Amino acid sequence: MANFTPVSAAIGGALIGFSAVLLMLFTGRIAGISGIFDGLINQQTSDRAWRAAFVAGLIAAPVTAMLVGYTVPMPQLPGSFITIVVGGLLVGFGARLGSGCTSGHGICGIARLSPRSIAATSVFTVAAMVVVALSRHVFGG
Amino acid sequence: MPIFASLVCGFLFGCGLTVSGMIQPVKVLGFLDVFGIRSGAWDPSLAVVMAAGLTVTSIGYALVRRRSPLFEKESLWPTKKDIDQSLIFGALLFGVGWGLVGLCPGPAVTNLATLSLPVIIFVIAMALGMLAHDFWPARAAVPAPHSLAGTTAADG
Repeated sequence: MANFTPVSAAIGGALIGFSAVLLMLFTGRIAGISGIFDGLINQQTSDRAWRAAFVAGLIAAPVTAMLVGYTVPMPQLPGSFITIVVGGLLVGFGARLGSGCTSGHGICGIARLSPRSIAATSVFTVAAMVVVALSRHVFGG
Repeated sequence: MPIFASLVCGFLFGCGLTVSGMIQPVKVLGFLDVFGIRSGAWDPSLAVVMAAGLTVTSIGYALVRRRSPLFEKESLWPTKKDIDQSLIFGALLFGVGWGLVGLCPGPAVTNLATLSLPVIIFVIAMALGMLAHDFWPARAAVPAPHSLAGTTAADG
């Protein structure tokens, strides 16, 4: 487990939880990124301003980290252009059809002990593990 | 004020993703690769992020559960209870996409800060996937109010 970073993971996870709690305390909203982002790009939603602000805050975080001298590595994505497009389409469509993603279901939903969120998180985590096993170890990656 | 509060919360969330390393698909895939448990290459960091996040959120939600939000009229706690086909099939598709690339919506959007071209392509595809769902012909036929009621019904 050479890549295991428990301390930064615990600090980062606590910050994510703190953000979710504050968003509920301040605005009464669930910190589900797919829902927030979808409402921002979807022409039908009227309450766009807070969503835009939240997304701006997300993007401002690594920028601030870089400004204070923290190294933010360029993300390394596996696979080809096609894989990235297909992955993005599936993540976007699936998150809406399943009413949430890793943040909305995985953090906010499980914290409320929602059976829907526990089911969704179990399904998408196992599905992702199967896909990684197949792509890395069966078809070679 | 709700706009500023949302900005602060987004910033904290982004800091959490950045500090924990979860904006790196390599770390996420290192967790999802269960073959790594046997070979010793497994990276359980994502599980620690989830555990810490859930601990703070569970306690915090319990504390704010009965309060009205400070800057809005009412809290929009999700109301759906039934585990239906849409939930399971949607989660399945989401999981396949997550496993293919190692990015979910939070880290993908946060990573726009790096101006990485593959991330920008991923986010555009993700947005198109969301819009494809929202404007699916079968759904468009039903005039669903996509305002606050829509947000309440969704889980996250």
